[in-house]
Amino acid sequence: MSTDTRTIDTLIEAEYKWGFVTEVESDSAPKGLNEEIIRLISTKKNEPEFMLEWRMKAFRHWLKLEKQQAEPKWANIKYDAIDYQDIIYYSAPKSKKAGPKSLNEVDPEILLAYEKLGIPLNEQKRLAGVAVDAVFDSVSVATTFQAELAEIGIIFCPFSEAVQRHPELVRKYLGSVVPYSDNFFAALNAAVFSDGSFIYIPKGVRCPMELMTYFRINAADSGQFERTLIIADEGSYVSYLEGCTAPTRDKNQLHAAVVELVAHDNAEIKYSTVQNWYPGDPVTGKGGIYNFVTKRGKCEGVNSKISWTQVETGAAITWKYPSVILQGDNSVGEFYSVALSNHWQQADTGTKMIHIGKNTRSTIIAKGISAGHGQNTYRGGVKILKSAVGARNYTQCDSLLIGDKCGAHTFPYIEAKNSTARIEHEASTSKVGDDQIFYLQQRGIPKEDALSMIINGFCKQVFRKLPMEFAVEAQKLLSVSLEGSVG
Amino acid sequence: MAMLEIRNLHVKIENREILKGLNLKVNAGEVHSIMGPNGSGKSTLAQVLARRESYLVTEGEVLLDGKDLLAMKPEDAACEGVFMAFQYPIEIAGISNAYFLRAALNAVRKYHGRKEMDAMDFLPFYKGKMKLLEVDESFMTRSVNEGFSGGEKKRNEILQMALLEPKLAILDETDSGLDIDALRIVANGVNAMRSPDRATIVITHYQRLLDYIVPDFVHVLVDGRIVKSGGKELALTLEEQGYVGVETEARALAVAV
Repeated sequence: MSTDTRTIDTLIEAEYKWGFVTEVESDSAPKGLNEEIIRLISTKKNEPEFMLEWRMKAFRHWLKLEKQQAEPKWANIKYDAIDYQDIIYYSAPKSKKAGPKSLNEVDPEILLAYEKLGIPLNEQKRLAGVAVDAVFDSVSVATTFQAELAEIGIIFCPFSEAVQRHPELVRKYLGSVVPYSDNFFAALNAAVFSDGSFIYIPKGVRCPMELMTYFRINAADSGQFERTLIIADEGSYVSYLEGCTAPTRDKNQLHAAVVELVAHDNAEIKYSTVQNWYPGDPVTGKGGIYNFVTKRGKCEGVNSKISWTQVETGAAITWKYPSVILQGDNSVGEFYSVALSNHWQQADTGTKMIHIGKNTRSTIIAKGISAGHGQNTYRGGVKILKSAVGARNYTQCDSLLIGDKCGAHTFPYIEAKNSTARIEHEASTSKVGDDQIFYLQQRGIPKEDALSMIINGFCKQVFRKLPMEFAVEAQKLLSVSLEGSVG
Repeated sequence: MAMLEIRNLHVKIENREILKGLNLKVNAGEVHSIMGPNGSGKSTLAQVLARRESYLVTEGEVLLDGKDLLAMKPEDAACEGVFMAFQYPIEIAGISNAYFLRAALNAVRKYHGRKEMDAMDFLPFYKGKMKLLEVDESFMTRSVNEGFSGGEKKRNEILQMALLEPKLAILDETDSGLDIDALRIVANGVNAMRSPDRATIVITHYQRLLDYIVPDFVHVLVDGRIVKSGGKELALTLEEQGYVGVETEARALAVAV
């Protein structure tokens, strides 16, 4: 190993700053997965019958898949078999009262935890222009600006609350984009999901603020299985953000979420994620979150648009392909992604764009950064169906390597059944050279700043797509996650 | 006191000794040219002065205004006023030239405890320098060196030098890959920066550049040592006779030592 590579190595040392644990008494289900647990979750949530039935169908389907050993094995990731009976499927901070609470009823410890995470929920301190739903382990603990949004007909509430107050909407849309039978983890989620956010934007309404859900895993040995459903009715617009963190623990924890988006005629949904789950111990690779997530949007109406932007810096393993079904004519799907795999992290992420309607367009910009022993895989599918006359896709997939022990892999799948389709694919792989860092240093820029400047330049196309506050956050996060990567 | 004083400098890279006892004194206001055949150690000298870490100094010392240059990190050497125009300028995607140059300028200002320059102050400042190097306005919004022609890259190096106003400027084969027009523009830029407070080291293979940037001293580097020094006319002699003559001399010298 040359001196230069050693130089880069020492820059990749960084400490996970969100690893604290909040001491709260919690109400947890016993470990293990069976019909009884599912009934327990459903009862705790006071769910109508149709929900329990749906969960049960999902669970039976999952059992079948498990028997067939149908846990997906095709991804370019390695991990020890998960013992699904060794997980707590429901854990909630104890409260005297069931159902949604006002802020002064929320455990101050939890409020403090969110404040530490930079998401103050107090009325005086809360973020301007951002409504927040705070999900702590299996439940939503607080949602801000709900009343203000309700005035213009926007529903922004915990999923469990939506099931109570808007069962007709839940019934209509739940599983309409990601059915429980979609895949192994989607089936698991459908059976045991406990909370998440529910959003409905009525016809012609442009949501005046960013809506955000902040997911926090706190309890040990538990998994987080949330479900988010966003419906943008005709001619509406919403920008939604999600953030996530977890304590530092040596045992892997499972996070298997499902997100469904529906955009009707002329509606637009912009969905941004900054994922910062605990990535595991930097030296041994022990612990960390398994982030196995199914996210899909359906551009159901004409001229509708769904845009996914993700910055994935955390989690021991990421398995995630936010996709768009372009059903309405002239609909648009976008995917902008930065995925970082540092230390022993593994990420297999990308998207699927399924073109069904006429003149549908999709853009994919994927940036993978690998450092330490990290392995980063881009997996993307572009499918043009026979009906999709005049469909267009542009894919750009860039990998950046830092150091000489990491890897970048690319698996693009393209399938076109209509000869009028125009598909472009560009890919590049580059290495953060010591040359680049030295060049910036020679101009007086300190080494750490030099690395973050290079990384930010590499990610610029994606960061530009994030809402302002998030873009700043994402840049900071990337430089912290790579702190010490070049010594 | 000389601005730069190099004493008995020995440098190794990957266990091979490249510089074998180099001595050089450069005073403020002077322009020195270092010439020599391929592999004689010219670029190594430039890299060591710019504090590239992969070069191992095994013996000797380098003083910059009396300070130990070899103890400095590359960014600190840069902030102390050492500037190297790269032989092969590096490309950085997604970072605009303007952003990069302001970050560099502010890093240097911060080091000296001076106020950082905001984008509004920076604009008129760099516009003046751009004129000097005959570069187009679009230069500043383009990513650092990305998609630049060879000539544009070299002009960008001198533009950076003009903005950072270093104490000691080292031009590492700045003439390589330049056509005659670009050479003239680059040389004009360098000449405009000649001042009694600044020293310049011009590393080159060919005498051609020295027609435009006229040096006060010419040194011939052969096999890791300076074997001959003289005035600007030495460059002409070399151009006519090649390095063979001085190489023979050097070998004779080495045997004598």
